[in-house]
Parts: sequence; C-alpha cells; structure tokens
Amino acid sequence: MRRGRDRLSDPSRPPYRRLYRKIRDAMLRFLVRRSLGAMVIILLISAITFFLFFAVPSEPAQLACGKNCDPDAIRIINHNLGLDDPVPVQYWHYLVGIFAGRDFDIGHCSAPCLGYSFRNDQPVWETILDRYPTTLSLAVGGTVVFLVVGVSIGMIAAARRGTFADKFLSSLSLVGNSMQIYFVGTIALWLLVDSWGVLDRPEYVPVTQDPVGWFSGMLLPWLVLSIIFIANYSRMTRSLMIEQLDEDHVRTARAKGMSHRTVFFRYAWRGAIAPIVTLVGIDMGSLFGGAMVTEFTFTLHGLGRLAVDSVTQKDLPMLMGVMLFSCTAIVIANIIVDALYAVIDPRVRLA
Amino acid sequence: MKSSSQTADPPGGADPIDGAAPAEAGSLAGRSPGQLMWRRFRRDRTGMVSACVVIVFFLLALLAPLISRLYGKDPYTTYGLDRPGLLNEFFYPVKPNGGIDGEFWFGVEPQLGRDVFTQLLYGIRTSLLIATAVTVLCLITGVVVGVTAGYLGGRTDYLLSRFIDLLLAFPAQLSFVAFTPVVYALFVSPEKETPTALRVITLITVMWALGWMGLARLLRGQVLSLREREFIEAAKVTGASPWRIIRKELLPNLWTPILVQSTLMLPTFVTTEAGLSFLGVGIVEPTPDWGRMFATGARHYQNDITYMFFPGIAMVIFVVAFNLLGDSVRDAFDPKTKR
Repeated sequence: MRRGRDRLSDPSRPPYRRLYRKIRDAMLRFLVRRSLGAMVIILLISAITFFLFFAVPSEPAQLACGKNCDPDAIRIINHNLGLDDPVPVQYWHYLVGIFAGRDFDIGHCSAPCLGYSFRNDQPVWETILDRYPTTLSLAVGGTVVFLVVGVSIGMIAAARRGTFADKFLSSLSLVGNSMQIYFVGTIALWLLVDSWGVLDRPEYVPVTQDPVGWFSGMLLPWLVLSIIFIANYSRMTRSLMIEQLDEDHVRTARAKGMSHRTVFFRYAWRGAIAPIVTLVGIDMGSLFGGAMVTEFTFTLHGLGRLAVDSVTQKDLPMLMGVMLFSCTAIVIANIIVDALYAVIDPRVRLA
Repeated sequence: MKSSSQTADPPGGADPIDGAAPAEAGSLAGRSPGQLMWRRFRRDRTGMVSACVVIVFFLLALLAPLISRLYGKDPYTTYGLDRPGLLNEFFYPVKPNGGIDGEFWFGVEPQLGRDVFTQLLYGIRTSLLIATAVTVLCLITGVVVGVTAGYLGGRTDYLLSRFIDLLLAFPAQLSFVAFTPVVYALFVSPEKETPTALRVITLITVMWALGWMGLARLLRGQVLSLREREFIEAAKVTGASPWRIIRKELLPNLWTPILVQSTLMLPTFVTTEAGLSFLGVGIVEPTPDWGRMFATGARHYQNDITYMFFPGIAMVIFVVAFNLLGDSVRDAFDPKTKR
C-alpha cells in the first residue's frame, strides 16, 4: 500500500504526473478555500469580541485609568487611544492597525499593531510574542504525550480485548478522565517535586537556549496536561481498533498467514488513524483551555496566564489581542489537521 | 437511528427479550419505553451505585444548612483566628494532617482558620447550583434550536447551523474567562464591588452562551433523519399540526440523546465552573465554592497538602460517578450499542 502511494506522489514517473498535478491542485484549492473561510470566521469572532469589549462597558477608559480617576484624565485617555470614536470606527482602525500599523499620540505602533496595554503601556503584540513560546511548548509536548500514551493504551486494550489488562486500562482511563488539572497538578507538584524531588520545578526555558532544561522544566506540565486527554484517546483507539480488526480485509490478511504484528500495525492501525487525527483537531481548542489551567497551576507565564491576568486587571486591549491570536492559532491548526486528514486517508476528497 | 427504535415500535409490543424477566414472560403487559428503560437500568449494578452517589452529592448540597447546623459550624466563621491553639504563628493548623480532629472533621483552613467540612458542603452547593442551572438552560436552548433547525429545514436550518458553527469556533474556556468581566461591566460600574448573586448569574450566562451548541447540533441531525420517517409522514397526513408533531412524535424519540447529553454536560460544567473559580474569575471570597478551595489549596500546598485532598477527592468521586451513570443510562436506553 505504501509503495503504491510513493509512486503516486513521485512526479518523475510519467504515468502519474497528471494525477500528481491533480492532487496538488486539489490541495491548493482546498487550502485557499479553507483560508478564506478561516478569515471570515476570524473576522467575525474578532468583531464580536471587539464589540463586547469596547461597546458594552460604559466607559472603557475608566478601566484603563483605575479606581480614582478624574474626568479630565478619562478625556485624555479617550483621546489618546481613540476610544471616543464610535465602536465600528474603532474596530476599523484596529483592523487597519493590524495590517498597516497605527499612530497613537504616545508613538507609532508598527504592523501588526494590536494596541497598547491599559496596564503597563507595553505593545500587545510584543507581549504576546514573548509569552507564546511557553504555551506552544506546553500544547505541542502535551499533545505528543497524550497521543503516544493514549493510543498505546488503546492498542494494548484492543489487542488484549476482554482480559484483565483491558479492564484495568479501561477503568484507569475512566479515572484519569475524571481528574482535574488543578487537583492532580498540585498533588504531583507536592509529591514529585517537593517531597521526592524526582522532577525539576516546572519553568520555561527557551528550547533554543537549553534543550535539556526546556525538557525537564516542561515534563511535569506535559504529563499532567495529558492526563485529562489520554482517556478519550485510549477509549477511541480501542473501539476503532476492535472495529478494524473485524473488517474483512484484516481477516483476509490474517487468513493468508501474515504475522500478527503486520496485520495489527499495517492493516488495522491504518484504518484507525484518520478519526484520531480528527479528534486532535477538535481538541485543539480545549487544549488551549487546558493550557490555561496548567499554566496557572505550575506558574508558567504563557498566553493563558496572560489572558487571566488581563481579566483580573481589566486590560481590554491585551485580552482582545490574546483572543484574536489564539482564535487564529486554533483555526490554522484545524486547517492543517484537515489537510493531514486528506493525506492520511486518500478516500477523503478535499471537498 | 438506533436510539429512535423503541418508541417507533407499535404500542403494546414490548418485546420480551429486552425488558421482561423470564417469570413475567407469560403476561404480555404493554410497557412504555420508560418502564423498559427503568427495568434495564435497575439490573445494572454499577449504574445503581453511581446513581446513589450522585444523589448523595445533590442531597448534601441541598441539605447543607441543615447538616452544618447539626455539625454546629458554618463556613464563614474564622475559628482559627478566634480561638487560640488551632493555628500556629504562620497561620497553619497546629495539629497534623491539616488539623483534623473530632471537632473539625476535615481540619481547618490555613490562614483564616475556617472549617473545611462546612466549606466543602457549601462549596458543593454553590457549584452544583450553577452547573445545574447551566445544564437546564443549555438543554432548553439546545432542544429548541436543534428541533427548530431540523424540523423547519431550509433557510432557517442554514442560518441556525452557521450560527452554531460560529459559536463553536470560539475557544470555549478562553471565552469563559474573557467574557466574564464584560458581563460584570454590563451590570455594575467598574469601581463598585460585584455582588455575589451577580457573579453567579454571570457565570451561568457565560457558560450557557457557549455551552448549548453541541446538543443543538446533535438533535438537529436526529430530527433531520426522523423527519423522513413514516410515522411522521403519517401524522402529517392525518393533519396533525407541526406543534403536535414535534411534541408527540419527535420529542419522545429524542429523550435518549437529551438525557445522555445532560449526564455528560453536568459534570463538565461543574469542573468548568471550578476551573474558572480556580483561575480567580469565578466565585470569589468569602462565598464558599468548590473551585475556590482548589485555589486556596494550591496556594498553601507546600505547608498544608491535606486541605487539597478533600475538595479534590470529592470531585473525582463525583465526576467518576457521573460518568459511570451516563454510560449506564445510555446502555439502559439503547441496549444495542456495545461499548
């Protein structure tokens, strides 16, 4: 099966050149169409969010100014930040600022400009760029852990269906599914870091600076973040594998004497990949939410922490920026997952 | 498709394989699908046990004032500060294991020295109140929107579906966090303190606004396929009004997904609400709340880990019981699905 596909995607082979071009064109068309749709979604979400943030509170400048603030100060802030314009106009300026940069009285804000924080007057975009690597490391590492562990547990359970191991793993994943990051995380911190000292205290070190420190600093957050996801994946892998093992082509493969291992991994597993990839796409959004609680539990300074801090400090521009940024990230991740889906399962047309 | 089969059976055709025990097989009494479901459910031991656990939690929440009166303490009094000998000079419990003794069953809280047992009781009460309200609101909205979209079809369906898609594109938990201050700002000017009742209402509103879409989408699909079935056709031919068709023909076939979804929803909302309070955007001091206990526990875990275990283990038991209950309810309603 794999050899067939390699030949398909090899453009140097004349008989397949046309097909290859067709697939490539379909992929391009898919990407363009999905990107357009994504832009519409992001535009809508940002418009709704912007409206809710800047039109609903009676005086956003009051939030920027703090508790004791005289009317003059509010007027100055309103003028400086352009908050005295009608909200649609403000939104337009915001959008223009993202693509072309924007001039405030306090200075020029180059594109992509998401405004300035109400709290510390830092540019929002720079702050987000500063915090993003932490969340990205957390999400990517967590995904790797829960995919590897969850899928392996599911496969073992499927291979040993009905045995003690199957039941044990299934009930283990049920309990894992009912765990909460804020509970398990704190207990794990206490047990593994404070009492036994087997793991390092969680902290973020840039991977480019110190890969080992990055890994050991993020290990505990990855493990804890993945706990709540593992159950879903193991359960799903188990039922998919059991379904696949009952398929005719798998039975045929076994009947003609192929080894157990080949049948399991090359035949049944191939059929089970695609739905799992879809589930990863769906979980992207909640992964970000999970990252928020995880960052809080382990005092990591990522985007989730930034969002919560901006809520408690009523920092609307920062919150708006984080919202927009993470929506965009989730939508892009979903497009990638859908494209991957088509690559994994050739039956799926990119439609 | 599968789930709709029981009610589509002709009346009185309770099939003896499913419901009736062999002893009763002789008398072919007609049983409603509800009775059949109850019979199957009663035979499921796991389901019964988890149902009992869930009921106990709800009773604890309901009877919290009574229990704490019998117990003789309340969640607000700072016993540790009022009475010497309970907290040490760093305001941590003097006795080991978080100060558990005959008087304070679950120990005393670090710093303020409040009673953990009543705090947990009242915390469960707050959390369950919020989660139940959100679940009910989401059920109503989901059923109304889903059935409307599925039954009317056409442009209504298109618009509602796009609306659902749009709401689903919001990153849920981030939006919960981000939109709570907006809703506060709707009611209170920023320089005033937000009253507790308003915080509760806000949490309910925000979780409701982004919580109903899953159910609506599921029901829309079900209604779309049910709409083409013969019994709906027959009802239409006999001149039944759309309202009657929805009430008498469609809704009875939708109880299974509705019930299963609500058993999935409720624990999710409990944990979401707890998560929000943990992050500090939900319920705040001094109102007792399940999630806020985790925040307190996480602050003092290095000196008083015991405090963390009570809300934590209670929540694990609650969620496990609810998940098992959900599985059993699905099995009872829909005996054909195999897990």
